[in-house]
Amino acid sequence: MAKPASALAKRADELFNWFDKRLPVSAFWKATMTGYYAPKNFNFWYYMGSLALLVLVMQIVTGIFLTMNYKPSAAEAFASVEYIMRDVEWGWLIRYMHSTGASFFFILVYLHMFRSLLYGSHKKPRELLWVFGVLIYLTLMAEAFMGYVLPWGQMSYWGAQVIINLFGAIPSIGEPLTEWIRGDYFISDATLNRFFALHVIALPLVLLGLVLMHLVALRENGSNNPDGIEIKANKGEDGHPVDGIPFHPYYTVKDIFGVSMFLLIFAFILFFWPEAGGLFLEHDNFVPANPLVTPEHIKPVWYFTPYYAILKAVPDKLMGVILMGCSVMILFFLPWLDRSPVKSIRYRGMWYKILVFMFAIAFIRLGMLGMAAGTPAETIEMRIWTFVYFAFFILLFFLSPGGKTKPVPDRLTH
Amino acid sequence: MPTDGVNNGRRRFLVATTSVVGAVGVGFAAVPFIKSWEPSARAQAVGAPVQVYVGALEPNQLLKVQWRGQTIGILRRSEETLALLPENDSHLRDPDSLESDQPPFAENEWRALKEKYLVVNMHCTHLGCIPQLMPQVGPQPFDENWHGGFFCPCHKSRFDMAGRVYKGVPAPTNLRIPPYSYIEQETVLIGVNPEGAA
Repeated sequence: MAKPASALAKRADELFNWFDKRLPVSAFWKATMTGYYAPKNFNFWYYMGSLALLVLVMQIVTGIFLTMNYKPSAAEAFASVEYIMRDVEWGWLIRYMHSTGASFFFILVYLHMFRSLLYGSHKKPRELLWVFGVLIYLTLMAEAFMGYVLPWGQMSYWGAQVIINLFGAIPSIGEPLTEWIRGDYFISDATLNRFFALHVIALPLVLLGLVLMHLVALRENGSNNPDGIEIKANKGEDGHPVDGIPFHPYYTVKDIFGVSMFLLIFAFILFFWPEAGGLFLEHDNFVPANPLVTPEHIKPVWYFTPYYAILKAVPDKLMGVILMGCSVMILFFLPWLDRSPVKSIRYRGMWYKILVFMFAIAFIRLGMLGMAAGTPAETIEMRIWTFVYFAFFILLFFLSPGGKTKPVPDRLTH
Repeated sequence: MPTDGVNNGRRRFLVATTSVVGAVGVGFAAVPFIKSWEPSARAQAVGAPVQVYVGALEPNQLLKVQWRGQTIGILRRSEETLALLPENDSHLRDPDSLESDQPPFAENEWRALKEKYLVVNMHCTHLGCIPQLMPQVGPQPFDENWHGGFFCPCHKSRFDMAGRVYKGVPAPTNLRIPPYSYIEQETVLIGVNPEGAA
């Protein structure tokens, strides 16, 4: 530094140094930001992680403010949500941010996971990174499910009924288990109250811990990239990867651009289409919960419907629950099911492109069928796509070791 | 760390015993937290038996009452309805209620203590929705040879007038029969089995 601008600036420097000696602020900043080299070829798919982090923060902040007016009791919950929507200053905005944020969280997470399939980001040495990711996804599902129960509308109530009864399919311990989950002989005030506790404190804490693990594991091996090439294998004289650029400022700036674009879309939905035609907030949930009347057509929110379709595709209750469980749990094993020597789809043969394409179609179609009424033709289609869903993992295991690949270059191509 | 004069055996023993005692302590400390999720004394009190007078029911009339938050239906069946029940058997998944949930006194063709009244847990054994009573005999969109029964709007499960499940629907078993008994000729006590019949 040249001549100090003022005595004040000098004092500020001293103050910072005082902190830095006691809390490793600059070392941490350097290790995770300015000194952390990321591949230079990130594309669109690499926005999703940072955006998911943004939505997580937004959910926590809006959630805290919602708890200030929400009443977690069966008698008052529905009315308190309407109170937030109508009488609390800006309450409608905070509530819609939270409900729209939940759906966007899943959109981002699904795209984030699909990126992994495209570029093999789950493969060695990032298996644990992927496993933490799946754990985050599982926790998020529990968090979203319990959050959806809180407004205590018809779909909250009957959705909870369906989901909790899934545990009842387990032989012999099923019944006592559902009673233990509900804390009553039916879904009641006790159930709502404990779901509230889990939704606002227990699961968010777990989620934050898992996100931290996910990020620590990410920084350990660094991000994968669209070429699936380990940039650390090719370091320059300065000890940094020749195909890497410092995360800050390059990717912080890129992510800020992504944030702007994302917020543009998010705000549009938030202000003009917050219910998304019944996809984000279902019509039946604007009717207070009534244990005596079942809604005409029970379906979960869109982000659960692919699994719901798998459940419905099986005529046997227990088998349906088992298959649905498997459809989620199998994700944990992806890094070991994919035995290809090549990471990125760019350098794998046509076989992999077809597999990934079919898997994506199966997931989307199952999601659509999971919302449908369930005609016999739809049931048959659900069975076909359920088969395709599982076939992806099985074929991947058998085709990946010998599947045709192209030569992978030593340097990033872009 | 100085290691002179360390008794490794004793150190291992102390580490092992401390771990075991600690684990046992954690296990015991977990019990109150796990038990706190069970139905409370208040929930159990609210779940007490319910008394219903059924003498005023017309044939094919369904009376719904609440017991432990479950919807219990009491259906008065006519002679014609009862006569049609055996004809359903070949279309049913579990006509003799071998795999279904009911007190022993209801393990019969009409699944009840008295033929005239069906006392049934209305929640579909698939995913807990409430099937609708469709007592009219005659062709229906979902069954050309309908003998009257219950139809679930959620996933289209069908049950006959004794709550027995049809083949080829998602519900795995017959509608459940709750414990109940008659305390007078036409008065049902839901939640308590008849004396002597466990």
